[in-house]
Amino acid sequence: MRKLLWATALACGLALGGAGADARTVRWAASGDPNTLDPHSQNVGTVSMVLQQIYDTLISRTQELGLAPGLATRWEQQEPNRWRFWLRDGVKFHEGEAFTADDVVFSVTRALAPTSNYGIYVDTVERAVQVEPLVVDVVTKRPDPILPNKIASVFMMSRSWSEKNNAARPQNTRQREEMHTVRNTNGTGAFRLTARESDVRTVMTRNTDWWGWKEEASRDANVTEIIFRPIASDATRIAALLSGEVDFVLDPPLQDLNRLRQAQNIRVLEGPEVRTIFLAMDVFRDELLYSDVKGRNPMKDLRVRQALYHAIDIQAINRTTMRGQSVVTGTFFPPQVNGYVKEEDVRLAYDPARARALLTEAGYPNGFEITLDCPNNRYINDEQICQAIVAMWARIGVRAKLNAMPLAPFFAKIQKEDTSIYLLGWGVPTLDALYSFQSLVATRNGEQGDGIWNYGRYSNPRMDALIERMKTQSGEPRNEAIREALRIYREDVPHIPLHHQMIPWAMRSNLTIPHMANNQPYFRWARMN
Amino acid sequence: MFAFILSRVLQSLPVLFTVALISFAMFAYVGDPVAIMLGQDFTEAQRQALVKDLGLDQPFWVQFATFLGNAVQGEFGLSYRLSRPVADLIAERAPATLELALTAATLALLIGVPMGVYTGLYRNSWLSRFFLTFSLVGVSLPTFLIGILLILVFAVWLGVLPSFGRGDTVKIGWWSTGFLTWTGIKALILPSITLGLFQLTLIMRLVRAEMLEVLRVDYIKFARARGLPNRAVHFGHALKNTLVPVITIVGLQLGAIIAFAIVTETVFQWPGMGLLFIQSVNQADIPVMAAYLLLISALFVTINLIVDLLYYAVDPRLRIGRGQGAH
Repeated sequence: MRKLLWATALACGLALGGAGADARTVRWAASGDPNTLDPHSQNVGTVSMVLQQIYDTLISRTQELGLAPGLATRWEQQEPNRWRFWLRDGVKFHEGEAFTADDVVFSVTRALAPTSNYGIYVDTVERAVQVEPLVVDVVTKRPDPILPNKIASVFMMSRSWSEKNNAARPQNTRQREEMHTVRNTNGTGAFRLTARESDVRTVMTRNTDWWGWKEEASRDANVTEIIFRPIASDATRIAALLSGEVDFVLDPPLQDLNRLRQAQNIRVLEGPEVRTIFLAMDVFRDELLYSDVKGRNPMKDLRVRQALYHAIDIQAINRTTMRGQSVVTGTFFPPQVNGYVKEEDVRLAYDPARARALLTEAGYPNGFEITLDCPNNRYINDEQICQAIVAMWARIGVRAKLNAMPLAPFFAKIQKEDTSIYLLGWGVPTLDALYSFQSLVATRNGEQGDGIWNYGRYSNPRMDALIERMKTQSGEPRNEAIREALRIYREDVPHIPLHHQMIPWAMRSNLTIPHMANNQPYFRWARMN
Repeated sequence: MFAFILSRVLQSLPVLFTVALISFAMFAYVGDPVAIMLGQDFTEAQRQALVKDLGLDQPFWVQFATFLGNAVQGEFGLSYRLSRPVADLIAERAPATLELALTAATLALLIGVPMGVYTGLYRNSWLSRFFLTFSLVGVSLPTFLIGILLILVFAVWLGVLPSFGRGDTVKIGWWSTGFLTWTGIKALILPSITLGLFQLTLIMRLVRAEMLEVLRVDYIKFARARGLPNRAVHFGHALKNTLVPVITIVGLQLGAIIAFAIVTETVFQWPGMGLLFIQSVNQADIPVMAAYLLLISALFVTINLIVDLLYYAVDPRLRIGRGQGAH
C-alpha cells in the first residue's frame, strides 16, 4: 500500500512538474464535463470532445472539417439506396479485439436504437450488412447523398466487448443499474482511457498502435497523455491557465481574452465556430402570447419582421458585446457548411428610419410590446446580446421585455412553444445545409427531424418542397435547391440572423494544436514542446 | 434520555417530509430534464417515450409518492445527468465535502478562539483593533470574492498553491482522503480558508463578547481576590464559561458549512456534494437535487439533536430543571 502511495505521489509529482524532457502530457480544462462516455447516448459537444480522442469513425474529419479516410479507406454509393465501405485492415480495439465489418454492423444498429441520441446521423439508414469481413454495406430507406457526412459522427464500437458487458444498446435512464459504457470505453482511437472520475478528471494515454500516427497530419504529434479536468468557474479556469496548472483551455471567457493575449507564455487561437445565433419568432398563432397587440399577430406581417431586423445595429453588437469575436451574417449557417452561398449571405441594412416607416406601414406607428426570451448561460454573451437588441428596438418604439433565464428552463419554455420571440444558436454537426433547413424552417410533420426546432412554426410549402429535394437529390440539382431555399430564407425573414460565433482557445505557448470550427480539440494533431 | 431522543427523532419526520415536499414542488420550476437529455436532435415520439420512461407524465402526487416510497428504502434512482445511481454519486462526493468542512471548522476554531480571547482581554491594543477590522472583511466580503482573491494571490502571482481541485487522493475503503498526500493538503488550504473565514470571524467576535461579559461577573472578581494567577483566571474560569454558547454556534455552523460549501466548491472546482448539486441544478437533474436536499435536512436535524444533547451535558442547570419539571 505504501509503495503504491509513493508511486502515485511520484507519478503526480512528475505530471505536475511539467517541464521535464519527456513530459508530453497535456492538461486540458473546459467548463463542462462529459456526462457519459457511452458513444451513442448523448449527442453534445462536451461528450464528443472526449470520445473522439478514444473512438474512431468510418470517415474522419480533416483539419478543415472535410472528409478523410478513417476506419474505412474508401466508400462509394453503389446504388441509390446502398453505400459501400471498404474497411482498414489490421485495426485493433484497445482491448485487443480485431475490428471487422461485424463491428460496423453492430455500431450502426446501436446508433439506430430508440435510446440513442445519434439518430440524426443514421436517420435514412435501414440496416447495415456485412459483405465480406472488411466490406460493409449501409442500406438506406431513400437515396441519401450526404450519408458520408453523417456517418462521420458515428463512433465504432466492438460487438464482442459491448455484448460481453451488457451494453449492446445505449444507456437508458430508467434502468436502475449503471451501464458499463458510462465510465468505460473500448475504441480504436489515438488515445485510450486510463482513468475516469466524473466531474473530476479523465485521463487518456497514447495508443501507440493507432493506425493514424503514420498519417501526414499526425507525424509531428507527440502528446502521450491527456488529462482532462472540468473547471466550471470562469475565473478559476483562467487562473489555472495563468498559473501553469493547465495547458489548454477550450472555452476562455471573452472578457479575459485581452488579458490572456498580453500574458507571457499564453497563446490565444481564434477561429469561427459552426454555430449561428439568431432570433426566431411566433409566426403561427393568431395572437401573440406575450404582447400588447390583441386580436392579431404582428409577427405574421413581413414588414414587422423586416422592421425588427432593420433596427438591429449588428456592427455595434459585434464591436461592444462580442468584442470583435463574431462573424456578422445574413443567413443561418456559416461558410464551412456545404451549401453555403455567399450571395445570399446579405443582411437587411441597419436603418432605424426605414424600420419606423415599415412599422407605420404595417399599422404600428407607436410600436408594440413584446417579451424576448433569452438564455443566459448557453451561448457566448447571450444575455448581453439580448440586452443590446432590446435597447435598439426601443429606438423604433418596440418595447421589448427581456426574459433571460438559464438554459434548462429556457429550452423547456421554448419547446412548449411558450414564447413570442426568442434567441437561439444553431450548430451544424453534419456540416451540410440540410440539417439546418430541416430542423429550423421545415414544417413540422412528425417525420424524423422535420421542423423539430421550428418553435415559431414558420411554414412555407415551397421551402418544404425544396427541403424534400435536398434529402434525396445530389449534385447540381441539390445545390440549386439549397440556393433557392436560402433566397427564400433571406426574403421571407423567418428568423433575424445575427452572427456566427467565434470560439477562442487559450493555451500555453508550448502547445501547438489546430483550431477546429467544430470546437473539438484533436490531440492526435497536437504537439508539446 | 432515550425518550427525549425518540421524541426528537419523531419530531424530525414532519420536517423531512416538508423539505421533500417543498423541494419536489420547486423542481417544476428548474426546467425540463427531458429537453436537456434529448439534446439537439429528437423526434416527438422519442420525447414522449422519455417523458413516460421517467414517469414525468404522472400527476404531481403520484410522482411525489413514488419518490418518497423509494427514498424510504434508500433508493434514489439514477441521475439524469450522469446515468449513475444517485447514492453512489453522493457517497463518492461526500468525503471531499466533509474533509473540507472539517478542516474549515477546525481552522475557524483554532484561530478564532485565541483571537477572541486576545481581543477580549486586550481590548485597546493595536493588534486587537487589527483583528476586529480584519474580521469585518471576513464578515462582509462574499465567499466567491475571497476565493478568487486567494487564487489570484497564491496561485497566479505567487504560484505556491493550486487554484482548483483536490490534488491527489488516497482511497481507504470507499472513502477518498486528501489528507495523506502533499498535493492533497496543499489543495485544501485555500478552499478551507475561504469556507472557514466567515465562521472564524463569527467565533472570534462571539468569544470576545462573551469574554467581556464574563470578565465582569462576580466569580471572576472572587477568583482574582483569591490571588489566582491571570492565566488561571482567564483560561480556567473565564474561557471555560464562554464555551457554552460557542459550542452551540459551532455545532450549528458545522451544518451550515457543509450545506453552504456550494459556493466555495464551485470557485475551487472542489469535487464535493455542493458542486454536484450546482451541476445538477444546471441540468435539472431532479433525482440528485432531491436526494441532496433530503440529506442536508437530515444532517441539520441530526446536528440540532447533538447540540441539544451537548447542551444538557455542558449546562447542569438544564439537567436539574428538566428533572424537576418531569413530574
